[in-house]
Amino acid sequence: METIKYQPKDYKSDQYVRWCPGCGDHAVLNCVHKAMAEQGVAPENIAVISGIGCSSRLPYYMNSYGFHTIHGRGAAIATGVKTANPALNVWLMTGDGDCLAIGGNHFIHAVRRNVDINIVLFNNKIYGLTKGQYSPTSNRGVVTKSSPFGTVEDPFIPAELALGARGNFFARAIDVDLKNTTEVLAASSRHKGTSVVEVLVNCVIFNDGIHKQITDKEYRSERTIFLRHGEKMRFGKENEKGLVLDGLKLKAVTIGQDGYTLDDVLVHNAQSPDTTLHLMLSLMGGDMPVALGVIRDVEAPTYDEAVEQQIASVRAKNPIRKLRDLLMKGEIWEVK
Amino acid sequence: MTERTKVVTLEKVVVRFSGDSGDGMQLTGTIFSYLSAILGNDISTFPDFPAEIRAPQGSLSGVSGFQVHLGSRKIFTPGDKADVLVAMNPAALKVNVGYLKPRAIVIVDTDSFQKNDLEKAKFTTDDPFAELGLTGIQLVAAPISTMVKDGLSEYGLDNKSAVRCKNMFALGLVCWLFERPLEEAMHKLQSKFAKKPAIAQANIKALTDGYNYGNNIHASVSTYRIESKKAIPGFYTDINGNKATAYGLIAAAEKAGLQLFLGSYPITPATDILQELAARKELGVKALQFEDEIAGICTAIGAGFAGSLAATSTSGPGLALKSEAIGLAVIAELPLVVIDVQRGGPSTGLPTKSEQTDLLQALYGRNGESPVVVIAATTPTDCFDAAFWAGKLAVEHMTPVILLTDSFIANGSAAWRIPDLDTYPEVKPQYVSEYKDEKPWNAYRRDPETFVRYWAVPGTAGFAHRVGGLEKDFETSAISTEPLNHQKMVLTRQAKIDKIAHVIPELEVLGDAEADLLLVGWGGTYGHLCEAMETMQENGKKVALAHFRFINPLPANTAEVLSRYKKVVVAEQNNGQFANYLRSKTPGFDPYKFNRVKGQPFVVARLVEEFTKLLEA
Repeated sequence: METIKYQPKDYKSDQYVRWCPGCGDHAVLNCVHKAMAEQGVAPENIAVISGIGCSSRLPYYMNSYGFHTIHGRGAAIATGVKTANPALNVWLMTGDGDCLAIGGNHFIHAVRRNVDINIVLFNNKIYGLTKGQYSPTSNRGVVTKSSPFGTVEDPFIPAELALGARGNFFARAIDVDLKNTTEVLAASSRHKGTSVVEVLVNCVIFNDGIHKQITDKEYRSERTIFLRHGEKMRFGKENEKGLVLDGLKLKAVTIGQDGYTLDDVLVHNAQSPDTTLHLMLSLMGGDMPVALGVIRDVEAPTYDEAVEQQIASVRAKNPIRKLRDLLMKGEIWEVK
Repeated sequence: MTERTKVVTLEKVVVRFSGDSGDGMQLTGTIFSYLSAILGNDISTFPDFPAEIRAPQGSLSGVSGFQVHLGSRKIFTPGDKADVLVAMNPAALKVNVGYLKPRAIVIVDTDSFQKNDLEKAKFTTDDPFAELGLTGIQLVAAPISTMVKDGLSEYGLDNKSAVRCKNMFALGLVCWLFERPLEEAMHKLQSKFAKKPAIAQANIKALTDGYNYGNNIHASVSTYRIESKKAIPGFYTDINGNKATAYGLIAAAEKAGLQLFLGSYPITPATDILQELAARKELGVKALQFEDEIAGICTAIGAGFAGSLAATSTSGPGLALKSEAIGLAVIAELPLVVIDVQRGGPSTGLPTKSEQTDLLQALYGRNGESPVVVIAATTPTDCFDAAFWAGKLAVEHMTPVILLTDSFIANGSAAWRIPDLDTYPEVKPQYVSEYKDEKPWNAYRRDPETFVRYWAVPGTAGFAHRVGGLEKDFETSAISTEPLNHQKMVLTRQAKIDKIAHVIPELEVLGDAEADLLLVGWGGTYGHLCEAMETMQENGKKVALAHFRFINPLPANTAEVLSRYKKVVVAEQNNGQFANYLRSKTPGFDPYKFNRVKGQPFVVARLVEEFTKLLEA
């Protein structure tokens, strides 16, 4: 059979993209188009679902099947799409407010069920579409229009929530790094089961520079580490730094200093069922580099397949296919 | 001396089994109804159980009842008052005292009528019958627990297990009263306790002992004979409304050649629909429990988008939670069936009791102009046809359909002739492959007659499209906030629903064409209103009944029918929601209203009394 080669443009709709100029979402959209072309799934076999918020406009910019739904419920709707037709490649485009505030319940349950959908979580730590209120990922104390004296609550860390909900795939990317974001999105599409990709995106209008401390070219290589399964955990301008285990803690070291050699640097195992190290990597920040790339990628039975398998195994034993046959097998009596 | 008691031949009789919620009264009642149905009686049943799973033993709040009405002619309701009451304890007697006919047979277990049992039921004297003023009844007082224990002494059961068989003793006694052979009951018990043969045998022994006890007592109570009725030939089964609803959806999916998907969340009294469909994997049904009511409907909307016949099942509080999602299905114009098994409200209200108070919620409980189809099932067996219609209209007209049933018909059961689906109408969605217009297709292109948009199921090449909660342009289906376009879309969505009036059956009027009074009802009160009408006719009154199954849109001849009668009364189990709705749809219509919101079914005698008063007013 001839395989069709798809180009990113095959996934683009004719709609004018209405995000603010400079918004991080533009870059992610391009990466989504590229990742889909790379995967080679026909546009008609892709369903892109979203909730409400700036990022949730994304389905309108796709040339696939798309459904822009209601606030927070995208995960549940995507679950229904995939469970009804497991042959579809299903994506959920969502933001930090949509996914983790109003949609928190659906998010954790989708992740727990391991339905095979790809969740792209655009995290700009602010409500953009309602013009600048704090979100469940906003840092404690942040001053916004709805927290004029600063918030008095701690944020969710999406990775921690996803792993706490027994997630089997978690990756993190930054909007300004198109190559790596594309790579991570493609990996999330390949993963069978719920995948969560947190993309740190900038909101130029209401939260400009929120991720600047790590995304800025000047210090990105020092403050982030891009993880790849089977590779050493190295970072730094010259790739001279690495992560080692120091007791029960991760530690950033310089190779060749303080007695640390390349052999001491950890090799990333995204496929380890144990979440301990994945969680430690996900939570890094402050003095430690922020982990990017596929942090966790573990195979597990998916919900949509299990639903189908259960039906198949019942049908293998039970030949009834029509309602009337079912009813006639029950407790009946005949009136002549 | 074996003096045979007098045998009374009746057209219909009401039996009520009542006891502690742990006494097995539901099972007893179910088996008795089944026995009667297979003998050719028409039946209507009404289980009435407490909201608590285990209320304090012997207390008034813990009384669980099961009423069955059987007859040689068409039975519409479970009956107002009992001819026979089985009261397993004093609380059951007290709770049911208002539901007894003057000469009713009352069977009691004297072992459960001891001093402390009477105290638990708040009796103040040691003669509960005198205290309740029950002087005319025919009492069968038997030491049931003792006799059951004695009868099972050889069966090696512990005391507790043995006493648990007392419901079967009572059943045996009632079977004797109604000349019901025990064989079928024995089969039932054998299959129910297939994995516990010792328990099955003990129950069968208690059943037989009860029957023989009845045969041997010399009490001068009446026994009853009910002739078999002439039913339409065919195979019959006993079915309750929730099961019938589940099967109606299966039937619609089968006719349409679609996968049936149910997204749901457990809620009384709708849970049985989820449970029944979850068991139907051999038919390929995907019925799944999700994390909440909203997820239940949203997964269904997703499944509908993906090309399934999708449904969600709930009760009033769940419908409230689903409102926003229904609005999404309205604007996205996706097929969806929402089943609301109504219960007492507001809020948690009376979870196990029945009302018709969700009508306006179903019609209007959403933001924006958000018309949906609303159908109300009229009887337990009509739930099948109503659910079939709901599925059919949803996929053929690309719209959410709310199917209202209620706790009374959902749990009540009746004999049902197993349908031949070949005689049911086709279910034919309008797929995008049927689009023939010369204009290029887009998501909101419509059939010019029905205004239905074409269903393009994901996976179909060439028809990828985006839908969503934002208003779309009538022509291009792109997002639009253009004022005139919005007005047009609002009117179009309304017109699409209004046009369905021409595909649903017309409103039928039962009874006298020249009636002096037209009774109007909707949904689950059909049986009571029908029986009230028949009783009034027997009393020489000229009455008719117009009972609505299709609520929105109303049948096309509604206004014409209502205008034919000088005096009209709308009877419903709410404060007048349907009456007011009809008034809003029918200029000049000003009916009398009969409203009861007690969480209990109408009482036919009361209806007859009120309607007769109206006639004479």
